[in-house]
Amino acid sequence: MPKRILQILEGAYRATIEEQDDTVVWFTHAMRAGGAELTVVLRGNAVNYAVRAQDAAGLQFGGRKQTQPPDLARDVAKLVARGVPVFALSNDAADRGIGVGEMVDGVQLADRAKLTRLIAEHDLVFHW
Amino acid sequence: MADRKQLAFLLMDAPYESSRTTTAFRLVDAALRHGHHVTVFAYEGAVALSFARQAQHANAVHGRDLGEEDHPNPKDWIAALQEQARQAGATLTWINCGLCVDERGVGEAIADVRRGGPVDFWKAAEAADNTLVIPTRG
Amino acid sequence: MAGYVLIESRDPFESNDVAYYYELAASLAADGQPVTLFLVQNGVLPARSSTRTPGLEALARAGVRVLADDFSLRERGIGRERLAPCVEPAPIDVVTEHLAGGAKVLWH
Repeated sequence: MPKRILQILEGAYRATIEEQDDTVVWFTHAMRAGGAELTVVLRGNAVNYAVRAQDAAGLQFGGRKQTQPPDLARDVAKLVARGVPVFALSNDAADRGIGVGEMVDGVQLADRAKLTRLIAEHDLVFHW
Repeated sequence: MADRKQLAFLLMDAPYESSRTTTAFRLVDAALRHGHHVTVFAYEGAVALSFARQAQHANAVHGRDLGEEDHPNPKDWIAALQEQARQAGATLTWINCGLCVDERGVGEAIADVRRGGPVDFWKAAEAADNTLVIPTRG
Repeated sequence: MAGYVLIESRDPFESNDVAYYYELAASLAADGQPVTLFLVQNGVLPARSSTRTPGLEALARAGVRVLADDFSLRERGIGRERLAPCVEPAPIDVVTEHLAGGAKVLWH
């Protein structure tokens, strides 16, 4: 039985254009593909990754266009589709004026008490 | 050695950018001093820590020549930790994220450093008694 | 041993996210598990008796053991005599001991 891993993500939009991904969301996908049992909590600014309307398309430097911009809402939705529970901390979302209706389907809200329980329930906790 | 454990670490910071790198090396050093086996997965900028082409420099501001400055290159710290592991009868496994190496062009690593991917980190975490992720910050 | 070690590398003078981490430490301690807050790097700055020390004192009252990395303290010229009473200096080895002992260790 693989260890249950809790990924707590808080940093957001760090090098996401250059990488064409959030590298921790990407890493989570890669571990999941390898068979890891994962749960994701989006906290701090990373709650914005649950916002459906994100759009990073259209950057161009000289004649070099970015053809594969990051699509973080898609990547969060795919985590949900792959059976990875994804939580967004409710107070962090509310602080940033993000309503539930703006979020990717399947992202669950969690309060601080839930976060504490998730930390207790998982074998490994990686705080990114 | 009694109670030798397997510990895994994930690092993300590039050389010379954050005090997290120094703390990470201190943690690895402490683990090896206590005889534990250590796996380090270097992700993103941390893949440059083992880049073989790092070079020392003098310090004109302090009037120190190359030898006097004795500027640390993290590749040498890693090599020293590898030797420390050998002397302790422990292992230090250093894995660089291959895609991160490629995009940064730091493919020449010092000896006994290998390429890998996220699944290698996951497997190391599965095999380890415990794991610590030291993330970077934007 | 087990329990939790929360490593705090940030300082509350620069980051208001430190409050979240202190609260998390208190919440985990309220669940009855042993919790250590290990201050490192600039995270040790509030360990010097200052306007931000009450935050650490509250954690100590909540049952959190507050440690400060001895090297980080020395690097910043914070002598033992200047430490808030609720903070103990400690070597980095404490973190690896807790890792080896099975504690969940988180970095902030």
